[in-house]
Amino acid sequence: MSDLNLPRVQHVVASGCVLAVGAWVTYLSYTQQPAEAFLFPRLIATVFVVLAAWTFAKAIMGWTKVGAGVSPIAFMSMVPGVVVMLVYVFWAAKTLGFYTATAASFFILFSLYDPAPHNALKSWMKRVFATVCFTLVMYGLFALLLKVFTPREALF
Amino acid sequence: MEFLLYFGDVFTPVNFALLLVGTIGGLILGATPGLSPTMAVALLIPFTFQLEPTQGLILLGAAYTSTVAGGAVSAILLKIPGAPANIATTLDGHTMAQNGQGTRALQLSFLSSAVGGIFGVMLLIFLTPVLAKWALAFGPSHLFWLAILGVTVIGTLDSKSVVKGLLSGCIGLWLATIGFDDIMGAQRFIFHDALGGGINIIAALIGLFAIPQVISMFAKGRQGDDAEVLQVQKHSVFAAIRELLRFPRAMGIGMTTGSIIGLIPGVGGQIAGLVAYDQTKKFSPEREEFGKGHPEGVIAAEAANNAMVGPSLVPLLTLSIPGSPTAAVLLGGLLIHGIFPGSDLFDNHPDVAWTFINSMLIGQVLMCLFGLYVAGLAARVAQVPQSLMAAIVLGLAVFGSYSVQSSMGDVYVMAALGIMMYFLERFGFSAAPLVLGLILGPIAEANFIQGSMIANATDGMVPYFLTGTLNLFLIAVVLASVAYSVWMEVRNRRYVSKEEIMV
Repeated sequence: MSDLNLPRVQHVVASGCVLAVGAWVTYLSYTQQPAEAFLFPRLIATVFVVLAAWTFAKAIMGWTKVGAGVSPIAFMSMVPGVVVMLVYVFWAAKTLGFYTATAASFFILFSLYDPAPHNALKSWMKRVFATVCFTLVMYGLFALLLKVFTPREALF
Repeated sequence: MEFLLYFGDVFTPVNFALLLVGTIGGLILGATPGLSPTMAVALLIPFTFQLEPTQGLILLGAAYTSTVAGGAVSAILLKIPGAPANIATTLDGHTMAQNGQGTRALQLSFLSSAVGGIFGVMLLIFLTPVLAKWALAFGPSHLFWLAILGVTVIGTLDSKSVVKGLLSGCIGLWLATIGFDDIMGAQRFIFHDALGGGINIIAALIGLFAIPQVISMFAKGRQGDDAEVLQVQKHSVFAAIRELLRFPRAMGIGMTTGSIIGLIPGVGGQIAGLVAYDQTKKFSPEREEFGKGHPEGVIAAEAANNAMVGPSLVPLLTLSIPGSPTAAVLLGGLLIHGIFPGSDLFDNHPDVAWTFINSMLIGQVLMCLFGLYVAGLAARVAQVPQSLMAAIVLGLAVFGSYSVQSSMGDVYVMAALGIMMYFLERFGFSAAPLVLGLILGPIAEANFIQGSMIANATDGMVPYFLTGTLNLFLIAVVLASVAYSVWMEVRNRRYVSKEEIMV
């Protein structure tokens, strides 16, 4: 697949996903009981699926004008960050505890995307310092000031 | 003149301290590229839970006002608009800074922001109570159409594609129906335990506005920040005030354009600034100097984008229809404190309403005073690496969404919606109508159900919802906004994007 076709293919896939969600919502709205509870969702779902079908048809025909899609370079750049984010949110925060997970993900993300050289000790010192400061600020704000009790499985 | 009765409340120690924190913090956040006013206000909401409603609103209102003005700092000194509202400021402001007139440009920017902002808040003060009384005449069918109008207008005017804007609104309305139905108690679309209680608005707002920015920063990879901070030189504030008085036309056009555009739901500060800049250029005898560092360009753009702030709250405080995405986030902030906009706000909570509005008035003055002193610091903050900013925003988003109800489910919903929104935005969908759908969905549904009950007991659905002067007027406005947007799309007219200005 050439880069020239990529946005069109991406638009077809993206609008296809939106249409699939729209169709699923419409199906459930018209089949679930009690029907009275789905009166408003039916109204929304009908408009939703019509607009989604229209968008999908435009994407298929190549008439989509807005939205640049995701370039392969941008996609490859974002993947490590998104993976760290997913692990942080869906696993580490609850399993390791909020503050430990936050410190770890902050350090990894900052190190992954920091333009400073990775072979310089000064850069690593800066990253560790920023991580410690950020974790302490979050602890001060949320644990001490706002008294939010967060899961604390490891360390604190 | 009821607002004068509550003026003293702004100056209680806690309220004034929060106003100062919101103003100074907002100036710094506004100057930080990647932190839009909407996202800044969304991230601040969790910090208001422990506060009284008035105090929370003062903090959020001050942040809203000063993030819009603070965006001018990075627009002028770095050629990076801190917010979309500051795009027009970049055109002449940065050139002035390149010519060694950075301080002059900043002073003109903050002074015109303050004058424009005060004008906008005065409109808010005098228009809101009148419209709030008028809103009493609205029955369930009108409120239903009004909610649909809010989603439709933002969906059509705030998006580059009418269909995708409306589709975003539909997605928001659908998301609002997830959870238990209020009347029948039936489960609707609960496909994960985290959705059992429905989608929490605050967690959703944080996810929809913060996470796409975080992923956008990831997508840039390990890029160095090559924006050069231009040094600021000394310039007399009095000279800047005299200069402002020499350009009443630019100031007048900026204030008028900003106020009118602010009153139209869905049309944001970006358009206000650009339209004011364009009109001032047309009427100026020195129009060929625009773009080369003409002070009128800065004055018009900044007066307009701050004059827009007050009027954008008029439809929010009277009819529950936010005039801008940031106003939509403020609506979320009101609702979590159990305060509903409209006549109820002014009849039952006049202390909250007027102290909040008065604080915005005082906030404009503080923003101007501190703006000039914070500008240098804010420009340095604007150079914070994107990698650091992404990690900070992600941490704040996770803690902020968790602290709403101490629920991991909210954190999951925040992350899932944020990732979904990033991809939707890449394909031309917009967050603002989706958020509006999510916020106005329950209002639309409750009034639709109430209306259906009344209709079934009287003339039937069609006469109840589709006849009557007010119903027909609201339907006509819905159709007109869609038709206007289709016409604009066909003509392929659109405004300059933030990315384009930075090239």
